[in-house]
Amino acid sequence: MSLWRLIFTNLRRHRVRTAIGAAGIALGVATMLSVVGLLSGAVRMFERILRSDAEMVVFERNVSDLFFSNVPVPLADELMKLEAVKDAQPVLFAIVAAPERPVITCFGIRASDGRLKKAKWLEGSSEDFRDDGEAIVLGERAADFLKARAGGELELGQAKYRVAGVVRTENGFENGGVFMPLAVCQKAFHKEGVASVITVAMKPGHETSEVKEWMRANHPSFSALENEEFSKSYSQFRILKTTAWVVGGCAFLLGGLSVTNTMILSVFTRIRELAVVRVCGFSRPQVARMIFGESLAISALGMLGGLALSFGGLRLLKAVPQFQGYIDPNLGWGEVGGALALAVITALLGALYPVWYAVRLKPAEALRYE
Amino acid sequence: MEPMIAVEDVWKSFDRGRIEVLKGIQLRVNAGEIVALCGTSGCGKSTLLNVIGGLEMAEKGRVEIAGRERKGEKERLALLRREVGFIFQLHQLVPGLTLEENCLIPALATRMSRAKARARVRELAERTGISARLDRRVRELSGGERQRGALVRALINDPPVLLADEPTGALDESNRERVFDLLLELARSAGKTLLIATHDLDLASRCDRVVRMRDGQIVSP
Repeated sequence: MSLWRLIFTNLRRHRVRTAIGAAGIALGVATMLSVVGLLSGAVRMFERILRSDAEMVVFERNVSDLFFSNVPVPLADELMKLEAVKDAQPVLFAIVAAPERPVITCFGIRASDGRLKKAKWLEGSSEDFRDDGEAIVLGERAADFLKARAGGELELGQAKYRVAGVVRTENGFENGGVFMPLAVCQKAFHKEGVASVITVAMKPGHETSEVKEWMRANHPSFSALENEEFSKSYSQFRILKTTAWVVGGCAFLLGGLSVTNTMILSVFTRIRELAVVRVCGFSRPQVARMIFGESLAISALGMLGGLALSFGGLRLLKAVPQFQGYIDPNLGWGEVGGALALAVITALLGALYPVWYAVRLKPAEALRYE
Repeated sequence: MEPMIAVEDVWKSFDRGRIEVLKGIQLRVNAGEIVALCGTSGCGKSTLLNVIGGLEMAEKGRVEIAGRERKGEKERLALLRREVGFIFQLHQLVPGLTLEENCLIPALATRMSRAKARARVRELAERTGISARLDRRVRELSGGERQRGALVRALINDPPVLLADEPTGALDESNRERVFDLLLELARSAGKTLLIATHDLDLASRCDRVVRMRDGQIVSP
């Protein structure tokens, strides 16, 4: 006989109560991992859009959102002249509406931008997308929901465009977006002469610090950050990540309350039993270990359920055709470990009051308890 | 001879002194002696056993077991683990566990080795006639079997003192006799000091000595 045997016997005796407690934790774990996974996936996809083949991103200093960043396009040409820079591509981000589709992401890019060259062309070819042209290229998903094909015409915002081709990319945002020649995009969104960002690819053997220093000296109102630095400092990413953890944390709070409720019931319904184990020589710490053990066991059950729910649910979402490309859950050991650690903390905190109550029970009084 | 249990001028009250339960109790029980504590309900028998066993603290007076007074939490815990075994009117076994697992709970508290604890349970179960029922859960046992299980549980750590609070009070007549006889036999054969609270004078008469209580006081030796 071990303490764990006592713990599991009590959990088994009250299966429904145990299941409800575990369900609370399971929902907490599942909510946290799903939200964190989905938002991290979204952030990762957006990072990939920015990154393309580049190591750095140049954007307007102190803007809250890249959609509000205005970087003069000639700056890309200046950067190209630097010894350290292999390529500098201006990219303009915009949102446009089409009939029945209120939000479509537009990417204003140059024909020399690598992202269309790397994409798989399903219709048309990269030669059809020219800097001085008017034709646009659609991502596969966008072509699908806009019901457009190469050679056809498409109404976006206030104008109509000829569709030069349809491409398939791994990135959901790009796959569901519209690529416009930079000049066309600037005109459509009244952003003549500017881009949202300039992505910078470095020549081998050169350090990104060279570009940073040059930018600081010559264009102090713009920031040049390495991709990693950008991901960490970009406020929208930080907001998204913080939101994910806060939402998950709230779910855990509810899970914790369900554990507390379960454990309170567990203690209150066997006050005489607890008195008996005290009379049998159990110390207060041993009683505390027993209650904490029950709470941890409930939490472990919940964790397993939550992991199954979140991984199963995310896999299911990813398989839904409408979400393909948009949902790319990114759950690493860090996220899973964080959720599991929160589950353990929740279990311990949830059991605090029941443990406090149980260890303060006076055996003689508890034995008289009806 | 130094008594195994020595109670000197013990006072205990409840409800902030409004209900006086023990009023200057004096009692000495020698090692190996079997004493019945008799009296009507509410006369203070259970409270006296609880005070002797360290479950409740006396407000005034002194309680010694084997010549030592136990005051602190650690000392009272050691008393419950090694020197005193409790048997209650209701068996107080944990539902869901088997009879054997219930008997092993005190051994779990003292971290006795599993093999030793199981051997001890089997030996005591043999003597109490429940060895064939050890693998049964509490709900599958009769009242007499449950109480015999409680007896084994009280004895597993081999305490020198047994405190039994109406141990046969919830049993039918035939079981009452058998369990009481078994309790006396086990205590006598192992040289235990046994203090039994009962209001059954017939059963009490089988003990070495009968101590009568009335209104929180001992009225006969």
